[in-house]
Amino acid sequence: MAIDREQLLHVAHLARLELREDELERLEGQLNDILHAVSKVSELDLADVPPTSHPHDVVNVWDEDEPRPCLSADDALANAPEREGDFFKVPPGGAA
Amino acid sequence: MIDTLRLTAEEAKRLLDSREISGAELFAAYRAAIDERDEELHCYLHLCDDPGGDGIPIALKDVIGTKGIPTTAGSKILEGYVPVYDSTVVERLKSHGLRILGKTNTDEFAMGSSTENSAFGPSHNPWDPSRVPGGSGGGSAAAVTGGLAPWALGSDTGGSIKQPSALCGNVGLRPTYGTVSRYGIVAFASSLDQVGPVAKTVRDCAYLYSIIAGRDDRDTTTVELPQPVELPEATDLKGLRVGVPKELNEAEGIEPGVTAAVQAAIARLEELGAEVGECSLSLSVEYGMPCYYLIAPAEASSNLARYDGVRYGYRAAAAERLEMYERTRDEGFGDEPKRRIMVGTYALSAGYYDAYYGQAQKVRTVIKREHDALFETFDALVSPTSPTVAFPLGARTDDPLAMYLSDVLTIPSCMAGLPGLNVPCGLSEGLPVGLQLVGPQFGENALFRIGHALERAIGFDPVPERLR
Repeated sequence: MAIDREQLLHVAHLARLELREDELERLEGQLNDILHAVSKVSELDLADVPPTSHPHDVVNVWDEDEPRPCLSADDALANAPEREGDFFKVPPGGAA
Repeated sequence: MIDTLRLTAEEAKRLLDSREISGAELFAAYRAAIDERDEELHCYLHLCDDPGGDGIPIALKDVIGTKGIPTTAGSKILEGYVPVYDSTVVERLKSHGLRILGKTNTDEFAMGSSTENSAFGPSHNPWDPSRVPGGSGGGSAAAVTGGLAPWALGSDTGGSIKQPSALCGNVGLRPTYGTVSRYGIVAFASSLDQVGPVAKTVRDCAYLYSIIAGRDDRDTTTVELPQPVELPEATDLKGLRVGVPKELNEAEGIEPGVTAAVQAAIARLEELGAEVGECSLSLSVEYGMPCYYLIAPAEASSNLARYDGVRYGYRAAAAERLEMYERTRDEGFGDEPKRRIMVGTYALSAGYYDAYYGQAQKVRTVIKREHDALFETFDALVSPTSPTVAFPLGARTDDPLAMYLSDVLTIPSCMAGLPGLNVPCGLSEGLPVGLQLVGPQFGENALFRIGHALERAIGFDPVPERLR
């Protein structure tokens, strides 16, 4: 399966990456090489094999729903690029 | 005079306990070594002042969150980020009195096999600074071998502890998945990431593992160790069964000098009393790489979605929000994270999910089953850790797939969640060769025992010839 320029731009948008033209050119070839290599997984007929999402047989682990100490607003905002009061400040609109 | 090139953590502890040296003298000795050699090796991204006390100093890979100490994961997108809390492993180190020397270099978001993907420039191999130290944890590995830290922590997703340890000639453990907390660690691929120790000796490695391992309520994938860590003492291997997977030892691209050193070490294992037998991991070796390079990028594309310029890290200037997200991520991420985000997003996208990600998860089951079957017969599996010795800087940077092949021998057991130990076993072309020991889940104690006996029998000198 090869990825063309249109798909590349679609995937970049899904990943919220604004790629420059020179990056798109480089990535198109590299991604096709990588996808060709990883497509090898389709050689195996695994219709009856269950998927493994995790190395352990994990079961859900639930916490008691009890209040406990957490980060203060100031700590949580300490690394904010921009802050207004107790909020992270971002440019307006446009989010898809 | 403290010789940081040779001092083990065990010996440092003895000197501190008997008050032959002070904590301040020991810390200062490492800082002096860093002043002398880190300009050339570039192991550290950030240095810390001595916090006082008489614990053993330690270096931390810069994906490990440290309260009040910058944590960049080797990325421009996290430049200037200072965590407001400690990761669980750091809390455990501090509760044992360990003192942080600094944060070590890594490929960006631990994605790479040479540290050349670091946004802050590569580290260099102490055996030959024109060569890479391996990666992604090349800074930690080079620091331990270069005498710039007695021991260190790394993190391993597909080989980022074991492979740099092999290329630098020291001991590195990728622990069983779930034995070390990931709380406070910069996430790459959550079903694979494990923090682990890098040290000069197997005993130091085991001791550091005993400090960091165990259940953490803040990481629900962690478990309590079924048996406590045993510091290895025995110098024989009677009663242990070691398998030699044919495909891991005969894979294309393994250098003859690497094979020779590993074969000699396998003969030693037999002399020490181990039962050695050939076995097969054909599917795991053939399909491990493609499986890994779907699952790890898929998880990475999800984990790295958080870097959006809103709450922390780099933000690009933009008039509106979508533009801010997209530009921040384009300017903040380097080439390798972008490649993996793109591959992962594609593999998870509508129409491709089943063929790529879903199929890779099934291959993962096959790999796990193939390993599990071997551990009905063997206590450990042995092979080279890296197909090659340390390669020259720049040799693989233009070809992502060639770089990915650096981890072809470490990836299969990572996919199965199994522990792996690198032990130096000799030299080829004057550079260290690493031997990989893989065990069953929670099989670390057997790996330590085999590694320790082998280390004693081989007598590998961990100090690079040019620094002796």
